[in-house]
Amino acid sequence: MAADKISIVLVSEDREHLQMAGMIASVGAVSGNEVSVLVSMNALKYFLKGANDKAPSSGQMGEMLERKKAPSFKTLFEQAAELGDARVHPCSMAMDILGVEWRDLDTFMKEPMGLTKFLDDAKGGQVWSF
Amino acid sequence: MMAEKKQIDARGSFCPGPLMELIAGMKSANVGDELEVLSTDKGSAADIPEWIKKVGHELLATTEENGVWHITVRKVK
Repeated sequence: MAADKISIVLVSEDREHLQMAGMIASVGAVSGNEVSVLVSMNALKYFLKGANDKAPSSGQMGEMLERKKAPSFKTLFEQAAELGDARVHPCSMAMDILGVEWRDLDTFMKEPMGLTKFLDDAKGGQVWSF
Repeated sequence: MMAEKKQIDARGSFCPGPLMELIAGMKSANVGDELEVLSTDKGSAADIPEWIKKVGHELLATTEENGVWHITVRKVK
């Protein structure tokens, strides 16, 4: 049986959205789904090598996540890639705007991807956006 | 080769931390090994057995004692 596909578009910069996206990516990937993440807009800066991943909270839950030491969203995406073979791609447009190269990004980030390919790959599967 | 029993102490970790720790343990385990996860996260206590069922391993036991869940699984593939 072919794996189910889960495609995630990640654009937010607040902790709650990043966390939920990381949870879906990691749990989805380790449960036998083919997970693909496109990181764009305000989310991309967190995936630069050495970037501070202390994302601002948009509400009480984000503050509690930090206080209670829930796994960081970066850890979740890394686990999605390493334990579940999720593919986490930077958006090529956002890279151009930020003026960064693939080598500037975290090592688990796959090759830059454009929307045409992402949308084509997403066909027939679940699509989530955060 | 004798099957091994391993314990993964994920107490204090929140969802999906205990599941991820179990999966990391599963990757390095051999078929037939038993892994017992300790979790204080109630959501994980429900979610980990779901994961085990979905991917086709064998759930051996789920018990709770003083707010700590013990979930035992056998790696079958």
